[in-house]
Amino acid sequence: MPQEHRLILKNIDQPGYTPDIECYLKHGGYEVLKKALAIQPKDLPEGKKQSGPEQIRDDVKLSGLRGRGGAGFSAGLKWSFVDRRSGKPIYLICNADESEPGTFKDRQIIHKDPHQLIEGMVISCYANDVKLAYIYIRGEMPEGARILNQAIAEAKAKGFLGKNICGSGYELEIHVHRGAGAYICGEETGLIESLEGKRPYPRIKPPYFPAVLGLYLCPTIVNNVETLCHVKHIVAMGGAEYAKLGTPNNTGTRIVSLSGQVKKPGYYEIEVGKATLGELINDPAFGGGLRDGRQLKAIIPGGSSSKVLKAGERFKLKRKAEGKEVEQEVGVLDLPYDFDSLAAAGTMSGSSAIIVIDDSTDIVEALANLSEFYAHESCGQCTPCREGSLWMSKTLHRLTHGGGRAGDADYLVKIADNIPGGRTICAFGEACSWPVQSFVAKFKDDFVAKGKADEEKRAKESAAKH
Amino acid sequence: MSAAPTTETKPTPSPVETITVKVDGKAVTVPKLSPDHTGTMVPTNMIQACFAAGTTVPHYCYHPKLPIAGNCRMCLVEFGTPAMGPDRKPILNADGSPKITKAPRPAIACATPVSPGMEIYCSTPSVKQMREGVLESLLINHPLDCPICDQAGECKLQEYSVDYGQSASRFVESKVHKPKRIDLGPRIVLDAERCILCTRCIRFTRDVAGDDALGIVNRGSYNTISTFPGKPFDNNYTLNTVDICPVGALTSKDFRFQMRVWFLKETKSVCTSCATGCSITAGSREDKVYRYEPRENDAVNATWMCDAGRLNYKWINRPDRLKDVVVRGEKSNWTFALKEISDQLAAAPKGSVAIIASARQTNEELFLIRKLATKLGAITDSIPRIGSGDSLLVNADKNPNVNGARLNGICFTETGINLAKIASGIEQGSIKTLLVFGEDVLKRSIASEQLKEKETTSEVVEEHSITATLLGKLETLIVSDILPNQTTKLAHILLPGAAHVEKRGSFTNTKGRVQKFMQAIQPPGDARAEWEFLHELVYNVTGQNGFKSIEGLFNQMAKEVPAYNGLSWSGLGDTGATVAI
Ligand SMILES: Cc1cc2nc3c(=O)[nH]c(=O)nc-3n(C[C@H](O)[C@H](O)[C@H](O)COP(=O)(O)O)c2cc1C
Ligand code: SF4
Ligand code: SF4
Ligand code: SF4
Ligand code: FES
Repeated sequence: MPQEHRLILKNIDQPGYTPDIECYLKHGGYEVLKKALAIQPKDLPEGKKQSGPEQIRDDVKLSGLRGRGGAGFSAGLKWSFVDRRSGKPIYLICNADESEPGTFKDRQIIHKDPHQLIEGMVISCYANDVKLAYIYIRGEMPEGARILNQAIAEAKAKGFLGKNICGSGYELEIHVHRGAGAYICGEETGLIESLEGKRPYPRIKPPYFPAVLGLYLCPTIVNNVETLCHVKHIVAMGGAEYAKLGTPNNTGTRIVSLSGQVKKPGYYEIEVGKATLGELINDPAFGGGLRDGRQLKAIIPGGSSSKVLKAGERFKLKRKAEGKEVEQEVGVLDLPYDFDSLAAAGTMSGSSAIIVIDDSTDIVEALANLSEFYAHESCGQCTPCREGSLWMSKTLHRLTHGGGRAGDADYLVKIADNIPGGRTICAFGEACSWPVQSFVAKFKDDFVAKGKADEEKRAKESAAKH
Repeated sequence: MSAAPTTETKPTPSPVETITVKVDGKAVTVPKLSPDHTGTMVPTNMIQACFAAGTTVPHYCYHPKLPIAGNCRMCLVEFGTPAMGPDRKPILNADGSPKITKAPRPAIACATPVSPGMEIYCSTPSVKQMREGVLESLLINHPLDCPICDQAGECKLQEYSVDYGQSASRFVESKVHKPKRIDLGPRIVLDAERCILCTRCIRFTRDVAGDDALGIVNRGSYNTISTFPGKPFDNNYTLNTVDICPVGALTSKDFRFQMRVWFLKETKSVCTSCATGCSITAGSREDKVYRYEPRENDAVNATWMCDAGRLNYKWINRPDRLKDVVVRGEKSNWTFALKEISDQLAAAPKGSVAIIASARQTNEELFLIRKLATKLGAITDSIPRIGSGDSLLVNADKNPNVNGARLNGICFTETGINLAKIASGIEQGSIKTLLVFGEDVLKRSIASEQLKEKETTSEVVEEHSITATLLGKLETLIVSDILPNQTTKLAHILLPGAAHVEKRGSFTNTKGRVQKFMQAIQPPGDARAEWEFLHELVYNVTGQNGFKSIEGLFNQMAKEVPAYNGLSWSGLGDTGATVAI
């Protein structure tokens, strides 16, 4: 039976564990930072030397760590893209905007173990020659911002931040910046614009790849809160050891936010791929199953932007078994919860937020709710997303308020099809259209039936008038 | 490189690095780098390669003179790049051509640099579908204002709708409504419903005009262009946003509802309001000018002009324009007046005539005046007109042709230094006849008379010693001008002149750019272009002939005046040529 594997959450929620630095130090806090700063240059075979920071970067690559913010991009690879020859400062930004509906993991770290994040950040900054870093925190989390500022002050007072950190000569400042309440500020280039004091219009890529032209057009690393915390554990354990956690290409642990119609919603840390969707929903260690008498209808597996999965769906997955690649059919509940399996099932693990939908939910209403969110959050910079997101939302509003047509299912898909696939500046285009495409594709009967019922009702009413 | 000895002294220009790409199968070679809106060399984009190949790529937000935004998504194309083997060498097809890997996602042509061997596909079904999708998105919330919209006829939304639009809309929801008459500033009105949020106006005022005055408020489909609260959009370049707005969202208060654009005759002209001499297009109908718009000229004004210059056309249609030839208070005619002037000048003792020409006259006119002056031994000058300039276009010198006057020997290093000499000549009685062209010599320190909405140029005529009393001492005061003023009132012989849009000619701007302009409308009444009667006068007084056409006149000037050597009227083209000044 799969169990939680608490690496990041190790101390969180333990009785007596508090967010102040004394408590953190009592639990071995900042020891990994000291270890990182003490790494000595290593001789390479060609007579070259590899610096401590370079060794950490290699270790992060070796660990196989993939970003926990949404895209699951290799952290080591991201760091290797940073332009280190530009002569400009390199910035690191911790993305603490956590706004993807269903996601509530980063805030646990921020509220309950802020020093873990700061230690992870100082190590990551040291590894990347960063002297100035920012935590961009969601505007709706003022308490989190207060806690982080307090933690930064404490760390500074103890010499873990500021000038000459732990006597190493290394220097780093971290500033907390509060957003003003927009989902799009979580998109890394929108975040950068916002941090620069502008409207968070995501930037076009090319040319504005953050690793080259990021904050103030300097090389910039943007990583999620959880990602940066993992760096601490990678340095503590060694990259190779860390990579043994989880499954190949899906290493380490991951905090899953489980919400919706389950008995025990909450956040659970698992080894990536070591628990299935079904286990996360039904096992007593996790969700504990649906409420009594309810049937599973759908699962949104990776935050509201991920494509919905339907109860009973089956997928053909390619698996490596005894060195050979074999195709295996698995049901939706048997999908291992990791990056690659969910991608193979045509969706994504995204921000690792599972939203469980049972048969008491009107699926059309559920999509209408989601679409309203996206219509409200589109920054409106680029045409397909700006107009398409509101169009879909208006259609769904009509369909859920008695104005439906049987043809609305196809109409919705046509609108949605015009948005994703590189047509927009940022991935919000996908985020707003994937739910519509997948909900309608998988639950078409529900949509058509609703539209038809409205049509019939209207026909009756007009007949009665005449 | 061979080591062959060379006698060349000039360094050979380094060859421009180029990239060859294919656009819809057609090979085209483009420079690796192209200038951006600041002139900095940056990687050439797909859209530039497409244009070079003669393929149009529909676009809204892209403008070659603005920073790139990439937001409209109208220019999406598909593309592929040569597949590379493990040895980093291109993989070849059976026929020896490079194997192309098609990119999985489309790219915006306006912001994606070309790379060697790239293939750009602009006419695939999927590209067509993407364009249709973008256009549909732009139209669903667009009001059906075309019948009353000023942009109709030059609207990119209308234009591309013909190519990519669906005849019937499938949109059945209610449209987003936004304010339709937002007063952005003293000269600009915004119809937010028509706006397609391309941000051209924002980028122009922020990155070109240097006034970060516009932005967007609200979110998503409710986005609306706005100024800062209580801060009107009011710099001297605001009207350029009306030109670059691809739809009818920004309208000029001056031009709004005045005229359907397809009725306007467009004439290539030059702004006369300062020494920059922005290239313009004059829009006219039935001998009335309705608007000026900037015309692209990288040597002068890129694609911009200032608001003050743009709005400085109303005087042309003023009802009090001088229309009659008047000789000693009596309405007369050209034949009579020119004979009288010719006879007087021919009889005038050398040195008894002075000429105050205008640095608003054309090169050709000033050239003819020089001939007259040489023959008569006349002292000449013109009137300085100094205001304030800026670092973008506006020059502090408010005369369009001081360099023309200088190169033709009418005025000297400093305009106006001979005025005192002329004054004392009149005072002492040695100067008996004064010819004044297009200047009110009695005007002092007066702000520009034309700009009613806002005084964006100040025009100052500097102090000099010519007064009305002094003019009263003259035996003959001959004045040619366009509008009545203090000096025309005192003229013994008054000749009605033509505005620059009523004639042809050329100016030499502050940097030595010689630009020609064409005739848009007819002068009113008996008014005539000065060069026309001047060439008659020159013939009568000097016996020199051959300047009956503006081409001939310009070419003669190019031959005789060293600075203009080598130029020809036809060689000036639409954007002119630069001479050393
Ligand atoms: C619309 C949108 C919203 C996003 N919101 C967040 C967010 O709230 N938090 C986050 O960490 N990443 C978010 N991302 C992902 C970031 O762009 C970026 O990929 C991530 O911060 C990188 O960190 P990682 O590599 O550590 O995952 C969002 C992306 C998009 C397209
Ligand atoms: S895709 Fe949507 S959110 Fe992203 S830039 Fe375009 S309009 Fe803004
Ligand atoms: S007002 Fe015109 S130029 Fe400005 S954003 Fe709208 S459409 Fe573009
Ligand atoms: S800058 Fe000078 S030439 Fe150009 S439009 Fe303004 S006044 Fe005319
Ligand atoms: S022209 Fe607008 S995105 Fe390229």
